[in-house]
Amino acid sequence: MHWLKQVYNWLELRLQLEGPVKEAGLHPVPRNTASWWYVFGSAAFTLLMLQIVTGILLALVYVPSAANAWNNLEMLNHDLPLGWFLRGMHFWGSNFMVAVVLIHMAQVFLFGAYKFPRELTWIVGVFLLLMTLGMAFTGQVMRFDQDAYWGLGIGASIVSRVPLIGGQAVHLLIGGPIIAGATLSRFFALHVFIIPGTLLLLVSVHVWMVLKLGINEWPMPGRPVRRATYLAEYHKLSHEDGFPFFPAAFWKDLIFSGAVLAAVAVCAAVFGPYGPTGFPDPTIIQTVPKPDFYFLWLYAVLAYLPPELETPFILTVPLLAIAFLVALPFFAGEGEKSWHRRPVAVLVLATVAVSFGVFTHLGTYTPWSPLMNAWSGDTVPEKFLQELSPLERQGAVVFQAKQCRNCHSLDHVGGQRGPALDDVSTRLTEDQLIRQVLQGGGNMPAYGKNLSPAETTALVKFLVTLHPHGQKPATNAAGPPTAELNPPPATQ
Amino acid sequence: MTDPVKEEQKVTLDDPGVVSRRWMLLKIGVLINAVVGVVVAVPVVRYLLGPVKRKGAYNSWVSLGAVDQFPIGETRLATYENPVNEPWDGDTAKTPCWVRHVDTSTFQVFAINCAHLGCPVRWFPQSGLFMCPCHGGVYYADGARASGPPERGLFEYKYKIVGNELQISAGELPTLSTEAKNVFRVLNNEKGHGPCTG
Repeated sequence: MHWLKQVYNWLELRLQLEGPVKEAGLHPVPRNTASWWYVFGSAAFTLLMLQIVTGILLALVYVPSAANAWNNLEMLNHDLPLGWFLRGMHFWGSNFMVAVVLIHMAQVFLFGAYKFPRELTWIVGVFLLLMTLGMAFTGQVMRFDQDAYWGLGIGASIVSRVPLIGGQAVHLLIGGPIIAGATLSRFFALHVFIIPGTLLLLVSVHVWMVLKLGINEWPMPGRPVRRATYLAEYHKLSHEDGFPFFPAAFWKDLIFSGAVLAAVAVCAAVFGPYGPTGFPDPTIIQTVPKPDFYFLWLYAVLAYLPPELETPFILTVPLLAIAFLVALPFFAGEGEKSWHRRPVAVLVLATVAVSFGVFTHLGTYTPWSPLMNAWSGDTVPEKFLQELSPLERQGAVVFQAKQCRNCHSLDHVGGQRGPALDDVSTRLTEDQLIRQVLQGGGNMPAYGKNLSPAETTALVKFLVTLHPHGQKPATNAAGPPTAELNPPPATQ
Repeated sequence: MTDPVKEEQKVTLDDPGVVSRRWMLLKIGVLINAVVGVVVAVPVVRYLLGPVKRKGAYNSWVSLGAVDQFPIGETRLATYENPVNEPWDGDTAKTPCWVRHVDTSTFQVFAINCAHLGCPVRWFPQSGLFMCPCHGGVYYADGARASGPPERGLFEYKYKIVGNELQISAGELPTLSTEAKNVFRVLNNEKGHGPCTG
């Protein structure tokens, strides 16, 4: 082994890395920071490295051309040995990275780690999150399938809402007048050069500050941060009741990162890569575009915003949210770190997490969208047709043929855009049903021009039969209806 | 014995004339780089703004084919190749649109893109509605907004009939800032839809 030592000494004389590396590895950290709660930052870094390595491996084969990218990915999936596995690693790596970065951020927020003197570490972290989401969106574009194509359309439509320069901003975003070859080229440059370059630079600054300022101590109730005393207190904690980062805390980072990498590999091997979905031919309009899971919450929010709020919301809320995150360490830079003494912070985090979860869940089944094939694909359940008159049955046919089913479910099958109609006649009288069908309202289109009087009568007669057994249809409390489509024969 | 080199350095460092000359040379160096930086940046910015054009600059008249392909009273899907395209665009150079033949010489040509966020709307002749698969925007047969998140009706292309051919003015992705034609129709009151049909 003597020659190995000689080689080492030869290199060290020239590189002089031993000092800085030892200093970084052996810097003292407070004893209780060697916790499993502190492993997410290093795991995010490991995943970034994985994405860079798998990304470069994919770039050896990928063709960033609108005409060929889709076929190229199909070739990677099916023809190139283990191409599918590399695509799977990159896809699952990206999912894990977004998740781990979000968990890391939530943990840092909950532990008050953004407070003095780590304000800048937090701010750089906010931009690292934005870069990670930027990688996720541009990565979705690399798949260049129908989801990517129409996702770019959504991006362009959002940008077009910018006042005055919206049109020019769209040209700049998609690299020309339409989503086409130039769009993929510039998103490729963003995905492999511009955003990763910025990401690496910011990560270096982030890690540098973690090494220089030390790992945030475990928050204790009753030990608030004060600018005047914190540095001395932390020095005492890390030097008198601490141990060197390596190996005391490092082994947990190492094991967790290994586990995350293994999980990515298992997901890639078991579930495989995602997509490409449909061929990106804009004339194939039988498509239901959807973003990847990290943007499903946004997809849901955009569906629920009232029309008049949409543009102001899109143009201001993201900027306000970023401004809030950047400003956080300035208005809450001192004080208690422990979650036991920060109820507002805990509530904010819980609200954001629950909202994110709920909107993401809604995004998976899009109850706000008409189901395009429900009218022709889902039959009217038999129980709704038993003992009906011919006219009422004719109404059930109208109900299907006029695509009512695309928005209204029967027996839990059909669209969820409008209310389920299983018991509609307990809520609306016959007159109200006629008015609702002909004039629409409450987010329902008016069908007056597309239904003949005979069709309307049949449809409403069918709707009146929709009520649970033993429960009577709604009636007009003010007395008998004043207008009917078919007046009853005069009583004898 | 004094070291001549050290003596020289001492003189140089202490001499205010030499120090100010160094600083002046440094400032000249910074200035040269700043000038070169600006000179280089101007063409770079122009290059980056290459695709940015004023409103309508990408548009030209495109044929959708013979008028008799579109029966009166019906709405049909038509496709055209975008007038501005490159060989590497592949199928993305193709664009679909909805053609509604209202009467003998009246047409309405709607963009495929929902006025909300650009997803492809589908036509349902039975109910006379356009429906969007993304966020649930719905439009009437004449393109007016029926329900959902869009704040206006479908985008319409300008059209003209040349001989027996239907032509539209097209060329760029229709969005709220780059729509083919400036028609702002929230609700079409003359055609019988009350203001509360939303």
